[in-house]
Amino acid sequence: MSQVLTIDGKDLAFDSGDTLFDVAQAQGIYIPHLCHHPDYPPQGNCKLCTVDVDGQSKCACTTQAETGMSVQTDSTTLTEYRRALTELLFSEGNHHCPGCERSGNCQLQATAYAQGMTYSSFKLLNPQRQIDASHPSVLLDRDRCILCGLCVRASAQEGKHIFTIAGRGSDSTLAVNSDSGLLADTNLSAEDRATQVCPVGALMVKQQGFRIPIGQRIYDQGTIDDLGNRRPQYHSPKSKTARIAGDSDD
Amino acid sequence: MTKVRVSTCSLAGCFGCHMSFLDVDERLVDLLERVEFNRSPLTDIKACESCDIGFIEGGLCNQENVEVLLQFRKQCRYLVAVGACAINGGIPAMRNSIPISDCLEEVYLNGKGLANQLIPNDPELPRLLNQVRPIHEAVKIDYFLPGCPPSADEILNMLQQIVDGNEPSTSHKNIRFD
Ligand code: SF4
Ligand code: FES
Repeated sequence: MSQVLTIDGKDLAFDSGDTLFDVAQAQGIYIPHLCHHPDYPPQGNCKLCTVDVDGQSKCACTTQAETGMSVQTDSTTLTEYRRALTELLFSEGNHHCPGCERSGNCQLQATAYAQGMTYSSFKLLNPQRQIDASHPSVLLDRDRCILCGLCVRASAQEGKHIFTIAGRGSDSTLAVNSDSGLLADTNLSAEDRATQVCPVGALMVKQQGFRIPIGQRIYDQGTIDDLGNRRPQYHSPKSKTARIAGDSDD
Repeated sequence: MTKVRVSTCSLAGCFGCHMSFLDVDERLVDLLERVEFNRSPLTDIKACESCDIGFIEGGLCNQENVEVLLQFRKQCRYLVAVGACAINGGIPAMRNSIPISDCLEEVYLNGKGLANQLIPNDPELPRLLNQVRPIHEAVKIDYFLPGCPPSADEILNMLQQIVDGNEPSTSHKNIRFD
């Protein structure tokens, strides 16, 4: 017997074990999110998916659905929370959109647009972080990493365990599991889900540059609420014609 | 009818936002029925008089930028931060995670093929700030118009809404950071 809860005023059936995110997604209700992907266990890192559950703020991706819950996924207050969270992510890293190859295909940027963010009201911290360009076909630019942990989970699931989040609090950083700490000394490939799953321009396949011009990219066509969380299709560095599939988890 | 007085200036920017504004093309003629330009590259007036609206492109990278911005704020009723550099420092802010002495040494002392290496020290030159900072850290900004650059349509739309006395809103579909 399935159970019932309410999301945005609609009675919805769900199965035991479903999260609020699962229930909403099955109904085509978009909840903003950056650190969650349905293929991986939820971790509740970014808090973008915060919804109102019977007057309390909870992460949709880590909250189990329960019978009788009344959930609101959208309100002025929730948009304000989400905009503040997005501003914090921008303030914490070095996100220079006009100079970033991922601009237009970036879920952080698209989320900022959707939340109506025109600037960050928090101080820009401009941290000093290390770029890892050692790998022949994958670039790791930690300036843009939002520590969502998706590459960590994807790499673990494909049995390679290449990434981990090291350090605590504001010293947290994405670390690479090799003696040198460099990507070149791992068995990561451009085709790995771990490379592909990054929602921002932190892990990127090299030699893509501006093949698709600004103005014709994913979120130049529509908002993330309408299009969902998409990732670009890369050209394989190994052959001129092969493509590595893009991905959508909306 | 008294015209709305508008000033524009570029701090640490590339004048790209001004170039984008020029893309209003012949719509400028209609606009001039309602607004007049004070300090702006369009008029070549160098010091801003009391104005209704100020458009600022570029962030703060040196002492002169700070002075000009403070003067603008005093003279303008509404101040609009236009473009990525004004809003978060933009491309010039890519130097922010590198110590300023390292930047200067790389450019003027250790760069390839340099003769007579010297860090410019003419007292007439404005001194650099340690980091390139957004303008809302120094003065109150009334409205933000992101983009690198924002399109002529967006700039015109912002200007017209303020001139009409409306609270300007950027349609979410039109917000762009690139
Ligand atoms: S590199 Fe990308 S996927 Fe990995 S933690 Fe950083 S933002 Fe997330
Ligand atoms: S998507 Fe739920 S916390 Fe990030």
